[in-house]
Amino acid sequence: MAKPAKVMLNVPAIKADFPILQRTIRDKRLVYLDSAATSQKPKQVIDATSDFYSRYNANVHRAIYELGEESTREYEGAREKIAAFIQAKSPTEIAFTKSTTESLNLVAYGYGLKGKIQKGDEIVGTVMEHHSNHVPWHFVKDHKGAVLKYVDVKDDGTLRMEQYDDLLTDRTKIVTVSLCSNVLGTINPVKEIAKRAHEVGAICVVDAAQAAPHMPIDVQDLDADFLAFSGHKMLGPTGIGVLYGKQELFEATEPLLGGGEMIREVHLGSAKWNDVPYKFEGGTPNIAGAIGLGVAVDYLTKIGMEAVRGHEMEITEYALEKLARLKGVQTYGPKDVKKRAGVVSFTIDGAHPHDIASILDVEGICVRSGHHCAQPLMERFNLPATARASFYIYNDMDDADALVAGIKKVQEVFA
Amino acid sequence: MSISYDMYQEQILDHYKHPRNKGLLAGATKNARDSNPLCGDEVVLHVKVDGSDRIAEVKFEGQGCAISQASASMLTTMVKGMPLSDAEGLGRDAVLKQLGIPLSAVRLKCALLSLHVLKLALGQKADVAT
Ligand SMILES: Cc1ncc(COP(=O)(O)O)c(C=O)c1O
Repeated sequence: MAKPAKVMLNVPAIKADFPILQRTIRDKRLVYLDSAATSQKPKQVIDATSDFYSRYNANVHRAIYELGEESTREYEGAREKIAAFIQAKSPTEIAFTKSTTESLNLVAYGYGLKGKIQKGDEIVGTVMEHHSNHVPWHFVKDHKGAVLKYVDVKDDGTLRMEQYDDLLTDRTKIVTVSLCSNVLGTINPVKEIAKRAHEVGAICVVDAAQAAPHMPIDVQDLDADFLAFSGHKMLGPTGIGVLYGKQELFEATEPLLGGGEMIREVHLGSAKWNDVPYKFEGGTPNIAGAIGLGVAVDYLTKIGMEAVRGHEMEITEYALEKLARLKGVQTYGPKDVKKRAGVVSFTIDGAHPHDIASILDVEGICVRSGHHCAQPLMERFNLPATARASFYIYNDMDDADALVAGIKKVQEVFA
Repeated sequence: MSISYDMYQEQILDHYKHPRNKGLLAGATKNARDSNPLCGDEVVLHVKVDGSDRIAEVKFEGQGCAISQASASMLTTMVKGMPLSDAEGLGRDAVLKQLGIPLSAVRLKCALLSLHVLKLALGQKADVAT
């Protein structure tokens, strides 16, 4: 297959939008390679949240006065932008949460634990999930007697799809999978996974925390039933997340939080819920966060998600090539950048990932080390920990080169 | 404290690459294990106390970063032969002084894990790592 055309974003122009990237770390240039944990924020997003507080702060949906109308308009406007960003049919299929974690818990609780799942029903996950797509399903197992099954990962970092077919039965009710792994970078064939889930009458829940920031998503094309992601990993504020759900599934899902906003009427001892998605948004929401996320989506849309993906493929390919040439350095996940995102886990012989991260920190380079909230995957690969570099729109080849130079320093220290 | 290569001074790397008192200890009278959930660093201590309430033997097992493992190795050399009461009185400052390197808040947990495990082995409750 032909290599996609080389698409490199105008990184200096993008960098200029990110105030934090102007700072130094102990007199060294800041090389931020931890966007998989959280991304940096452009001034457009920072300004949008501060603008909300300084110009039209008011609670949403309840106020009659002008300020409240403005805040409600912007909050709902953000919902519309997010719906368009992932090709949802309607903004009513978008619920605001605080994070991917809350979104996945909402599905596990509202659709699983309080909903359709009966004793003996089966939930199929994968070995490569983040803890936030494992633990909520443990709750469903513990409280409802559901049976959990897992698709294994091959040595090359891709899912064992043949095994997936064998795991599906007429008792399978939920299949839950990440669109992109936060450790291996693997992009999973979610469209295919959802199709086969639907063939046995199961729904497909998608953790898009590492995908939504980095590649185009079309929930209708994927035919995902639920899809979760976090604002803070895609240039948005912390404390705001999204749960997409097909209208009819949203209707069939119980709320996680009871309180104001999520009700139609309340009587002593009983209540009638509000329409979707409002029934999932009990209490005063993170208004500034939602508005900021809307602006983050504007920012990404203006660049174009195809261009974002193309840019990251170029850097990832470059970095993987350079790392492959270093003796004593291993990288994990697919080697083919068409099958992976810009998340690069690596280890260095003789140096613990924490020491790698500490030494890179001295050089001003931010990478993560540890189990990356994916202990079952680390066990599968027999790794106590890895170091992880991840790329985004504000990174370029210089950053990849800085990483390689930093790794050489680590090797000198531990030689 | 400044964060620099000082963290990886020769004596730290030496203890990391050539750990002292590493392994199992037959006839250990006190054992404890703990890990640092954030990093997965793990230290196990085996202590043998003799008739005159002295730490006659001490060994450690573990895996993790240079700081946690070097600190465990150094701690064993420090407490071997020590009266139990002295070991019980051992505080974080003594351990950090022996390490003698600048540490960030996160790495402090790595450095103090072995002291924490020693306290567990001796049946003390003090949470030294926080
Ligand atoms: C794949 C994946 N899923 C879920 C999460 C959880 O996201 P959050 O902490 O924003 O809820 C993360 C973030 O670390 C992730 O990488």
